[in-house]
Amino acid sequence: MEVTKVTQATRVFKIGEVETKALRGVDLSVGSGEFTALVGPSGSGKTTLLQLIGLLDQPTSGNVAINGQDATKLNRNQRADLRKNAIGFVFQFFALIPTLTAYENVEMPLLLNGTKPADRKARANEMLEAVGLADRAHHRPDQLSGGQQQRVAVARALATNPKLILADEPTANLDTENGKQVMDIMQRLNKETGVTFVFATHDPRVIHYARRVVTLEDGLIVKDASQ
Amino acid sequence: MSGLEKKNLMIQAFKLAFRNLGRNKSRSLLSALAVGVGMALLLLMVSVLEGEMTGALQNTIRLQSGHLQIRPASYEEGKVSLKWEDLIADPDQVAEQIKSLPQVVIATPRLIASSILTLSDESKGVQILGIDPDSAANQPFRDGMIDGEFIKADDREGILIGNILSEKLNLKVGNQVNLLITTSNGDVNEQLFTVRGIFTTRTPGYDESTIFMPLAKAQAITATENHASTIFVMLQNSEDADAVAQAIQSNNYKILTWREQNLFITQFEDYANAFFVVIYLIVLGITATVVTNTLVMAVFERTREIGILAAIGMKGRGIMAQFLAEAALLATGGVIGGLLIGGALVAYFTVYGIYIGDYGITGVLFEDRIYAHLTLDNVITLTIVTYIITLVASLYPARLAARMEPVEALHGAGD
Repeated sequence: MEVTKVTQATRVFKIGEVETKALRGVDLSVGSGEFTALVGPSGSGKTTLLQLIGLLDQPTSGNVAINGQDATKLNRNQRADLRKNAIGFVFQFFALIPTLTAYENVEMPLLLNGTKPADRKARANEMLEAVGLADRAHHRPDQLSGGQQQRVAVARALATNPKLILADEPTANLDTENGKQVMDIMQRLNKETGVTFVFATHDPRVIHYARRVVTLEDGLIVKDASQ
Repeated sequence: MSGLEKKNLMIQAFKLAFRNLGRNKSRSLLSALAVGVGMALLLLMVSVLEGEMTGALQNTIRLQSGHLQIRPASYEEGKVSLKWEDLIADPDQVAEQIKSLPQVVIATPRLIASSILTLSDESKGVQILGIDPDSAANQPFRDGMIDGEFIKADDREGILIGNILSEKLNLKVGNQVNLLITTSNGDVNEQLFTVRGIFTTRTPGYDESTIFMPLAKAQAITATENHASTIFVMLQNSEDADAVAQAIQSNNYKILTWREQNLFITQFEDYANAFFVVIYLIVLGITATVVTNTLVMAVFERTREIGILAAIGMKGRGIMAQFLAEAALLATGGVIGGLLIGGALVAYFTVYGIYIGDYGITGVLFEDRIYAHLTLDNVITLTIVTYIITLVASLYPARLAARMEPVEALHGAGD
C-alpha cells in the first residue's frame, strides 16, 4: 500500500521578479515499510520534495497524497491534523523545543493528538527507551549531545505511531559515530515497527542504509533504484 | 477535542510560556514592570481623583450643605436675603420636628448674612454664620479650633474666625474687629466684636471668609428676630436624603438634598473622569506597546520553534495560545507588581495626602490636601483592564506567529 504518492508536483519559488523552479514535475510513490533515501546535490530539490510530502509546503501544481488522501485539497488546519496523526519529522538541526525536557519533547505530539495521560507517559518512556535515552528523560536539549538530541527527535517522530517518518539530512550535523548510531536506530525501528522512512541526504555514509535510492537533479527524478 | 485534552494543552501552553519567559529574564521582568508601573500610576491617579472628589463632597456636606437643607419657599440659589419672607420663622420648632424623624441625626437653624469686616485701614467682605453653638453640627469647627475657645450661646460680643482670615489681617484671640451688617429692613448695623477663637477646616476658601457668631446675636444684629436662613440637617445615612426630603415636603419650604446642592461636584467628577480616560489610554497605550514589542521580538527569536510546533501538528490557534499565555503571565506579573507599587503609593498618599494649597472653585470646598482614596471597585476594574489591554497587545504577535507557514518558520532564525 502507498503511504505517499506525489503526482506531477512542481514547486516554483518567486523572489521578486526571479522565479526558481525547485521541482519540475515529480512523480514518486512510496510504499509501506520502505526505507528510502532522496539523494542529489544541493539545490536538486530533495528537501523541497520532502517538505511537500510532509505537508509543510504545497506544490505549485500537481498532487500529494498521504495514505490515499489528496492533501492538496485540504486546508491549513486539516493539513496540521494529517501531519499530527500520520507523519513524523526529523530535521537536520536538532529540532527540539529548548525549554522542554527530552521526555516533554517526546510527549508533545501525544498531547496534541489527545492521548490520555497514562498512555502518554508510557509511550514517551517507551520511545526514549527505544532510542537508548531513558536515563536522559529529564535533561533539556542543551544538556544533551547532538547525537542524543537527534535520537530524542527520532523518538518524538515515532511517538504517535505514524505511518511515515520524514528525515531531512538527519546526520548532517553529527560526527560519524553519532550519525551511525542515529541511522542504526532508524533502520532498526523501520524493521521492528514497519514504519516508512524517507530521508533526504547527500552523505554517502548514510545512503548505503537505504533499500531504495531516489536521485534528484535540477528538480527532476533522474534515477530510482533499489539496492 | 475533549475538555480534558483542552485542559492538558492549556496547562502545557502555560508551562511553555512560563519557561519561555524565563529564557530572557531581564526582558520579561522589564516588560512586566512596564505593565506594573502603568497599573500603579493608574491606581494612584484613580485614587487621587476619587479622593479629591469624595473629599470635596464630604467637606462641602460637612461644612456647607449638610445632607439636607430646609429653606424658605422663596429661596434662590446664591441669594442671601434677610427679608422675613425669605427666612424661616420659628426655626427651633421646625428643627425639633425634623429631628423627630428616625433617620435624622442633626437639625439646627443657621442664619446667613453678608458683612464687611473693618480693621483700622483694612476691610474685607465676609459671611456671617449665626449658629447654635451647642449643636453637634459644629463638631468640625470645634475639632478645628487652633486658638481660643468656642463661642457660647449667650455671648453677645464674641465671634470665631478662620485661621486664613486671622493670618491675612493679623488677628489674634482677644482682638476686636468692627462688623458692618445689613439688617432685614435694609439698614446697616455696626458693632465691635471680640475674636474668641480661631478655627481651621483646612479649607482655605472657607477659613478666609466665614465668621461664626451665636444665632441669637446674629438674629439681634440683623433684626431678623426669631428667624433663620436655613435648617441644616445631617442624616445617619446620606442615601436616605431623598426619603427624608419626601417625608418633610411642605409648600412653605424648599427641601434641598446634598445631591441637588452639590450638582457641580458630581458634574465636575464626570468631566474629570472623561479627561482621565484620555490619560488612562495614553498610559495603557505605552504599556501595550512594550508588551507588543516584547512578544514580537520573542516571535522572531523563536520562529524555528514555531515551525517545529507546526510541523508536529500544532494548529494556528495552539501557537496563538502559546503567546497569549505568555501575555497572560506578563499581565499577572504586572498586576502583582502594579498592586504592590501602586498600593504603596496609594497608602502613602492616603495618609499624608498631596498639598494643593488654596485651590478654590465656587461652591466646592477643597481641603488644602488631596488624600488618595482607593475603592475595591477601582482595583478590580483596573486589574481587568490591565489584563485585557495586555492580551489585546499580544494579539498582533500571537497572530503573526500563528500565521507563519511551517516551511518558512522552519527556515527562520531562532534556536
